[in-house]
Amino acid sequence: MRLEVRLFATLRDIFPKEKRGMDLVTLELGSTLDDLIKYLKIPEDAPLIILVNGRRQIENIELADGDRIGIFPPVGGG
Amino acid sequence: MKLIRINMAEKRVTTENAPDNYAIMGGRALTTEVIAREVDPTCHPLGHNNKLVIAPGLLSGTSAPSSGRLSIGFKSPLTGGIKESNAGGTAAQKLAKLGIKAIIIEQIPKEEGFSILRVTKDGVELVDGSTLRGKANYEICATLQKKYGEKVCVMSIGPAGEYKLSGATVAVSDSEGRPVRHCGRGGGGAVLGSKGIKAIVIDDTDAPKVAIHDQEKFKEAARDFGKILTSHPVSGQGLPLYGTAVLINILNEAGGLPTKNFRYGRFDFADKISGEMVHDVINERKGKVTHACHPGCVIRCSQVYHDKEGKYLTAGFEYETIWAFGANCMIDDIDAIARLDYLCDDIGIDTIEMGVTMGVAMEGGVIPFGDADGAIKLLEQVRQGTELGRIIGNGAGFTGKAFGVTRVPTVKNQGIPAYDPRSVKGIGVTYATTPMGADHTAGYSVTANILKVGSHIDPLKKEGQVELSRNLQIATAAVDSTGLCLFTAFALLDEPRALQRVVDMLNAQYNLQLTIDDVTALGKAVLKTERSFNFKAGLNEAEDRLPEFFQEELDPHGTVFDVSDAELDQLFNF
Ligand code: SF4
Repeated sequence: MRLEVRLFATLRDIFPKEKRGMDLVTLELGSTLDDLIKYLKIPEDAPLIILVNGRRQIENIELADGDRIGIFPPVGGG
Repeated sequence: MKLIRINMAEKRVTTENAPDNYAIMGGRALTTEVIAREVDPTCHPLGHNNKLVIAPGLLSGTSAPSSGRLSIGFKSPLTGGIKESNAGGTAAQKLAKLGIKAIIIEQIPKEEGFSILRVTKDGVELVDGSTLRGKANYEICATLQKKYGEKVCVMSIGPAGEYKLSGATVAVSDSEGRPVRHCGRGGGGAVLGSKGIKAIVIDDTDAPKVAIHDQEKFKEAARDFGKILTSHPVSGQGLPLYGTAVLINILNEAGGLPTKNFRYGRFDFADKISGEMVHDVINERKGKVTHACHPGCVIRCSQVYHDKEGKYLTAGFEYETIWAFGANCMIDDIDAIARLDYLCDDIGIDTIEMGVTMGVAMEGGVIPFGDADGAIKLLEQVRQGTELGRIIGNGAGFTGKAFGVTRVPTVKNQGIPAYDPRSVKGIGVTYATTPMGADHTAGYSVTANILKVGSHIDPLKKEGQVELSRNLQIATAAVDSTGLCLFTAFALLDEPRALQRVVDMLNAQYNLQLTIDDVTALGKAVLKTERSFNFKAGLNEAEDRLPEFFQEELDPHGTVFDVSDAELDQLFNF
């Protein structure tokens, strides 16, 4: 399945520079969020904010084809 | 500690010792207390009965990290209610070092014209300011620093304040001496303008250090508090590296980035105006990615932004500003937005209010959505004081009326900031209920709704939002009284020992025995005083509501703001 993965702030560098943090990732059907994190080689214990289709995910849910996944390091402002 | 009263009708300055019951009040607690005690809630905000109170926070001027925030309080010409408007820059630290607890500006001058208030270790005096008439903030700052010394802090009003427009700010110069920090919201610049004061020059040369009862204990607590701030991922990494504009992308992902005058929750060109983009542009043009708005801030969320030629364009380029002129107005040119930020700082008008107002003007067909040049020209009209410029400068509510627009995002007539209340419901509760009018900083529920700080409360559901907003509003009222920047709150919410450290600093400085409960009690008292002022001014529960168009579904989640009126009215049950 194909996932629309969007990485932000310091995580942008995981993808080639010209992608500006946004790329399509192909994973096996039935893959979970943890699988994606592993695929991206983000350290397991890194604190992250993850949004799947605009909703924050805390559990290791199963992903579906076409999901839009945004991953952020801890950020803030106001 | 001294209270300085400036009577502008008599042009008289008097100094009194602060009464004992003001001892544990600073910043917002103090401005609110003075306004509630001394100002008739039904007075005209620009008339002789209103006052403007300037107060540094309790910890300002000390080595407490990020403690240089300033509060100004007044009855707001924008909301008609009480207002505390908060800014960084160097004023609070200097006032505290000069032993000044508050400056209270009263009455209005009998004759036209403007004065400058000069504050030094020898006292406070009014000097003629007529040569500054019509001048804008950058020029005022440079002129006064040339005359009184490079290191002085300048607080000033631009043309917008002279015209007494409801969006007018009071600028506060930053550590570089630039007028880029503003008491932005609520029209404080108009009130200062009505008092005939164009600028306040604060010179702390040879000022004594702030008195600290127990140096050792204070230092220990301050050091530990600093460590907590710099080791928290948001205040230690996220904010210094990307500034507040890093929020553009996360709000966009969450579907909470108000777009095209609050029509959509996502902006197709979010990346072009994102914190990441700002970061790259600043680096490329050799600006400063990380910058402190006052010495002693360890978080340093500010930055210095250069134009295409590599010359200074603006500083303190914030998320709210970028959103307001960006997604909200469908402008995707970050340089144009930086230019609009510069113009607002120079003219002395609130960036949030102006961005929301431009959205309303675009809605009303004054200029099309996405028209950056048109927006720049409208701001120039504010500077010139043309009739259209004065309409715009009076804010979103006023502009909506002038052009027959009903889609006007305001609460208590103040423009709604950068988080859509339908997909970030906790902040919607704050917009509706804070005595300040739509103000995100009054109870920043975005923390638990979006940023995973403190607790987690689903932003799309209404459950738990009233309680969240209530707790944050109470805590914020207390933090705003200490002089600590609100951005210390990320660590305060996550690290249990942080708040104790703040209490330790207060106790060591003032020889007190406060507990954390006392701090909460202080926050509650401030809110109650503000709300009671508003009720007497005629702002009752019916004003604690969002505009009706927030009942329309918002993409991408199809949500509406469904916290009921009865639930909103529970907020002040404490
Ligand atoms: S965190 Fe930012 S706004 Fe707050 S005091 Fe520091 S530089 Fe100023």
